[in-house]
Amino acid sequence: MGAVPEEMEARRPRRGGKTLWIVLGAIVVAGVILGYGVVAGWFSSQPITLTGAGATFPYPLINKWSSVYVNLTGVHVNYQSLGSGAGIAQITQKTVDFAGTDAPLKPSERAAAPGLLHLPETIGAVTATYNLPGIATGLNLTGSVLGDIFLGRVTSWNNASIQALNPSVNLPNNPIVVVHRSDGSGTTFVWTSYLHLENSGWNSSLVGKSINWPVGVGKPGNAAVAGYVIQTSYAIGYVELAYTVQSAMTVAKIKNPANNFVLPSLANTTAAASTATSLPAPGGDWGNVSILNAPGANSYPISSLTYLLVYKELNVLGSSMTQTKAKALVEFIWWAVHDGQTYAPALIYASLPGSIVTLDEVGLRSITFNGQTLHT
Amino acid sequence: MQLSRIPRALGRALLAWIRGRSYFEVLTAIVSIAVVALLGVIAVVLFIVAEPSIRTFGIGFLGGTVWDPVAGIFGAAPFIYGTLVTSAIALLLGVPISLGIAIFLSELAPPWLRIPLTYVVELLAAVPSVVYGLWGLRVLSNVMRNSVEPAIQSVLGFLPLFQGNPIGTDMFTAGVILAIMIIPTISAVSREALLAVPENQREAALSLGATHWETTRVAVLRYARAGIFGAIVLGLGRAVGETMAVTMTIGNRNAISGSLFSQGQTIASLIASSWAEAATSPVYLGALIEMGLVLMLISLVINIAARLMVGRFIRRGEGAA
Repeated sequence: MGAVPEEMEARRPRRGGKTLWIVLGAIVVAGVILGYGVVAGWFSSQPITLTGAGATFPYPLINKWSSVYVNLTGVHVNYQSLGSGAGIAQITQKTVDFAGTDAPLKPSERAAAPGLLHLPETIGAVTATYNLPGIATGLNLTGSVLGDIFLGRVTSWNNASIQALNPSVNLPNNPIVVVHRSDGSGTTFVWTSYLHLENSGWNSSLVGKSINWPVGVGKPGNAAVAGYVIQTSYAIGYVELAYTVQSAMTVAKIKNPANNFVLPSLANTTAAASTATSLPAPGGDWGNVSILNAPGANSYPISSLTYLLVYKELNVLGSSMTQTKAKALVEFIWWAVHDGQTYAPALIYASLPGSIVTLDEVGLRSITFNGQTLHT
Repeated sequence: MQLSRIPRALGRALLAWIRGRSYFEVLTAIVSIAVVALLGVIAVVLFIVAEPSIRTFGIGFLGGTVWDPVAGIFGAAPFIYGTLVTSAIALLLGVPISLGIAIFLSELAPPWLRIPLTYVVELLAAVPSVVYGLWGLRVLSNVMRNSVEPAIQSVLGFLPLFQGNPIGTDMFTAGVILAIMIIPTISAVSREALLAVPENQREAALSLGATHWETTRVAVLRYARAGIFGAIVLGLGRAVGETMAVTMTIGNRNAISGSLFSQGQTIASLIASSWAEAATSPVYLGALIEMGLVLMLISLVINIAARLMVGRFIRRGEGAA
């Protein structure tokens, strides 16, 4: 019996020693990982990084620009696609260098962030995308019927109003699953503005970046709405064109003011874009700018400009902004609205018409840092 | 003059206290007080940020049924409702199953099965909630839509609870996901409570001629009551505050609906899905933060109620935590 405590006495320090080694080992491993992070961070923080946030609508294009531009110039562009509402919130709080939005600033938003310029960077389309087993792309729909669907007045796919537009299609007798955005979204702003134009039951209190939806499932971001429609039969949602093309989704033809049913496509968005004339100056009020229901036989009626928001005097961003960085920001946007436009068609965004490029040039030339012009 | 002496007196008392203690005692006292102070600081900051909303809507905020960021009108009722409904579904479905698991593991399972099963149940509690959410979104929501909800509707469809188009992304699915998430927590903690029941309780019951089931019911479950109750409250706490899995399955609709098959929103999922743009207006941000305060308050009420109940069990001398 006496041997047992002795044995334990003998063991105890040995066990303690082992624990010590384990702890020391863990500290060394943690130290190496941390050290690597610090060293890597120190080296990677040397190049210039521009941060932006906002609309998911132009994200595929901005993402492309970012990967091309870093190889051209070494300047990193880090754009977080959080939704237009979040982009406006972040640029107002001055936590990002630029923001993206599809909804122009409301008067109250302009007042909260004085000195913001609207720089249109591309043009896209909002599609009505659906998942109907056995039915291909190109179902005919109108803004009025879409409004009724999103109001919950038309609840079944074989409703007479949909059937009347598609006499030859065998529509299923299934309930419609409506999908909309749950975050503050410029895509929602464009979509609800269009429904307000087309459907008398869609009143102006239902227009905005985030509204009180009468029916439907909410999902954050264009990608999440697209994903939900893809996995849910009999669903309908609204998604930016580039996302539906990337995922080969079925989309509706929408009736335009010329009484043609037109597919959302690069050509039809470009046709709508060409009608964007008599725009305000970059520093002006863009609240009423819209290319919805653009005239022209082939114009897709739910097209929209999408904007980058940049402060006219960049020193308001505080110590995070330097002369070098300010210059890099202006040069990047300059590149995006010129050479960058060549990447737009491949991603199904319409290239900016010359008049808008000129307008962007005026805006970019007016940007200053500590009063000093950055691009002449 | 009197007032200015108070800090100095306090400081002196503190110094005197410290002098009599070991470093270890002082250190542990500091971290303990820091936790309390942190909670206080959080509450104060939340109140300050929520102030525009509190001032605008007053107490009516809690009863308001409209949440309209465009018009700047904010009411908390849809989210309090959504939180309570999903948590209630989770408890209704989760508690019986959890207790079954706990009883099986502690009373019935043969030892060779008991150990691996216990490990698995405890492992389930460690699965991150976003993984449950992903599974809920991709798998469960389809199963609910195609099989479970139509089946329920064909039998109980006359009830207002089960009306509407069952699309599998709704309050019911969110409740089921929550039930699955709280089962490991409740069963693991309940099992501990059952294991803590002294063996002589069981032997006494068996010697009086009780069957195995009667022994479990009378001698074991009743004895472990307080512990099981604590486990349930722990599960409820997780359900009330769960964010990701609910956001992904509940459908994110800011309105009250009597049907479990309609979309809803809980406090946590509302905050998760709208924090990003809330900074556009102080009232919006304030309303969202006020929702956070409401959530803290609900958790507090649940915890206090739980303490009181557990206290009652113990005072009666029938249970042990």
